[in-house]
Amino acid sequence: MAKAKKLKSFYPTSLMYPAGAFYFVLFLVPTAVSFFFSLTRWTLFDWKFIGFANFINYFKEQELRIGFVNTLLYAVFTSGLKVIIGLYLANFLTSKIRTKGLLRSVVFFPVLVSTIGVGFTFSALMDPYAGMINKGITFVAHLVGITTSGPGWLTDPNFLPLLSVGLVDVWKGVGLATLIYIAGLASIPKDYYEASAMDGANSHKQFWHITVPLVRPAMFSVIILSFIGGLRSFDLIWAMTNGGPGFLSDVISSINYKQYQAGFYGLATAGNVILFILVTALVFPLSRFLSKREVSA
Amino acid sequence: MTFLKRRTTRLVAVALSAIFAATFAAPAVHAATTDTLSVLTDSEGNKAIIDGIAAAFMKANPSITVTVEYRPGGADGDNITKTRLATGTMNDVFLYNSGSLFQALNAPKNLVDLTNEPWQSTVLSSFKPTVSVGGRVYGAPLGTAMGGGILYNKAIYAKLGLKVPLTWAQFMSNNAKIKKAHLIPVIQSYKDTWTSQLFVLADEFNVQAAVKNFPALYTANKAKIAKTPAAMAGFNHLQDLYKAGMFNKDFASTNFDKALNYLATGKGAHYPMLTFAAANIIATYPELANNIGLFAQPGNNAKSNGLTVWMPPAVYIPKTTTHLASAKAFVAFAVSPAGIAASNAAMAPGGPYLIKGAKLTGQLSVIATDMLSYFNADGKTAPALEYVSPVKGPNLEKFCVEVGSGIKTAKQGAAAYDLDVQKEAQQLNLPGW
Repeated sequence: MAKAKKLKSFYPTSLMYPAGAFYFVLFLVPTAVSFFFSLTRWTLFDWKFIGFANFINYFKEQELRIGFVNTLLYAVFTSGLKVIIGLYLANFLTSKIRTKGLLRSVVFFPVLVSTIGVGFTFSALMDPYAGMINKGITFVAHLVGITTSGPGWLTDPNFLPLLSVGLVDVWKGVGLATLIYIAGLASIPKDYYEASAMDGANSHKQFWHITVPLVRPAMFSVIILSFIGGLRSFDLIWAMTNGGPGFLSDVISSINYKQYQAGFYGLATAGNVILFILVTALVFPLSRFLSKREVSA
Repeated sequence: MTFLKRRTTRLVAVALSAIFAATFAAPAVHAATTDTLSVLTDSEGNKAIIDGIAAAFMKANPSITVTVEYRPGGADGDNITKTRLATGTMNDVFLYNSGSLFQALNAPKNLVDLTNEPWQSTVLSSFKPTVSVGGRVYGAPLGTAMGGGILYNKAIYAKLGLKVPLTWAQFMSNNAKIKKAHLIPVIQSYKDTWTSQLFVLADEFNVQAAVKNFPALYTANKAKIAKTPAAMAGFNHLQDLYKAGMFNKDFASTNFDKALNYLATGKGAHYPMLTFAAANIIATYPELANNIGLFAQPGNNAKSNGLTVWMPPAVYIPKTTTHLASAKAFVAFAVSPAGIAASNAAMAPGGPYLIKGAKLTGQLSVIATDMLSYFNADGKTAPALEYVSPVKGPNLEKFCVEVGSGIKTAKQGAAAYDLDVQKEAQQLNLPGW
């Protein structure tokens, strides 16, 4: 009897060893090693221990500090929009409309397209003088009698470039949020709606008192995933503004890449350690907070 | 069964021995060794020259096939070059800047020592320090020396009756007249961030005229740009021009090609740039190229007016190459008279070569003629800072964009650049930092 029990428990665990080995060698070991190298100044050929100088540099220089503000702003902005717009779209796409399948594909296809391709396309569209968006704005404004050439979406020396990239990011990523929401909505029993309809609730009341509370698990997944993605976002920002003009739309990941490009490898490693700590410090409490609310609902 | 087995084994044995013999017989049949060579160059200024030299080299050496690969310029190109060297995947010959950017490649570890090559005696001695570490030479010059100054549209100057400015004040008064005529006084192209540095870098002649040993002090961490008024001038110029509204209104989204378009077609009068742009202008606007000239960036003293000169890039050979003999042959060809002739044919020379006795043939552009006039008198040229000092901060272009866009003041930009230089000097392990 005891022998059979032992055999039963050995098999599943042993299946995890290969994956565990990969995880250990390719993720855990480099992470631990990079914690060490962030305390050094290293070239591709040798290294020198310098303590926390890299981290101090990171917080001292304005070009590096701006990354914190921008990263948080970008993450909150894109995550918030995806959560709200995703739910609205999902609600629409699960209602009784004829072209449901086609519309779902249209909403989801940006997720599948290459990020760099999207970045370059919108970069050209958002060109302040030659781009189609501003040409359209100029034309419409002209009809109303206003002479303007439209805002410098990616070139204004303030927060506008970052938010413009954020809008493109939302356009690209909302399909995934919608997909998760649709799965969440599908799991809500229809009886609730029927019962509330009998009690005289209109669709507005149904949405706020039945749909929103019961779609919470899906909503929390969307919040966590889009927030982490926003904190770590790199390719779209790089393709559209290169962190520019100057350093105004730099986020932590693009700053780290710039340090690597410049050859300041120790500083880049320190930057990635900072990103790791930032994401962990923000997402763990958020995830705990959300899961507690989930249980009580 | 066994009979079939014996026959197949015998057939296999015969086939194997035939293949075995063929692999050893093949070299004996072909006497000459065919080789391939891979060359990496940037896709902007030096593309035409490398293509021309490669074609001529293949004609002279039919047994060697050269494939040329292109990479972007600026920080992305630095990135590709350093990464390939670090991972041992660099092409057999590659082109890269000389001077301080070369210093970051760790030549003794990565590059083949070319000090004792037979052609070294033909290279001008002013070039050798820019590709040397510890007295050993690692590169060969490719192309001509370049000047960094202000390209200007002579037709606009003729129309408005303007004279070439010898002081900054004269330059600004010219700009005011150009602005009144509803033309762009100074073209800036911040979409290609590398073009933003010229006002700072091309001022070097004036900096060295005011502070004679500035490069040495700067390298030893004894002089800071933000604290040296002469060195701050370039940043102040950017700030003043921005504040006076002298830039094209779309400066933030204009790229290098569009800027040349503005200059060549007469929409803009001034464009601070290196003289290699002459080749681009001649190629794209052949009928308009004679309208574009060059003058040195003016300082405060009309009597001390000279051109800041950039050494040409160099070709290097990584130690990891498996075609060393062909690579050395290619490099030797590039500096030989045949290579110079191919270079002249590919792109009209924009300045003097760094090879003794090299002839400048072909129709010189107006820009090149203007540039050579600074070489005809003594003391009217000075090397750019990155060729007399091993340290150049990699983020200068971004700070210049910030100052030119009004995001930072000149003082803030210079101070930020000093910090950048400090990081680079520490990364290179220079003494005194």
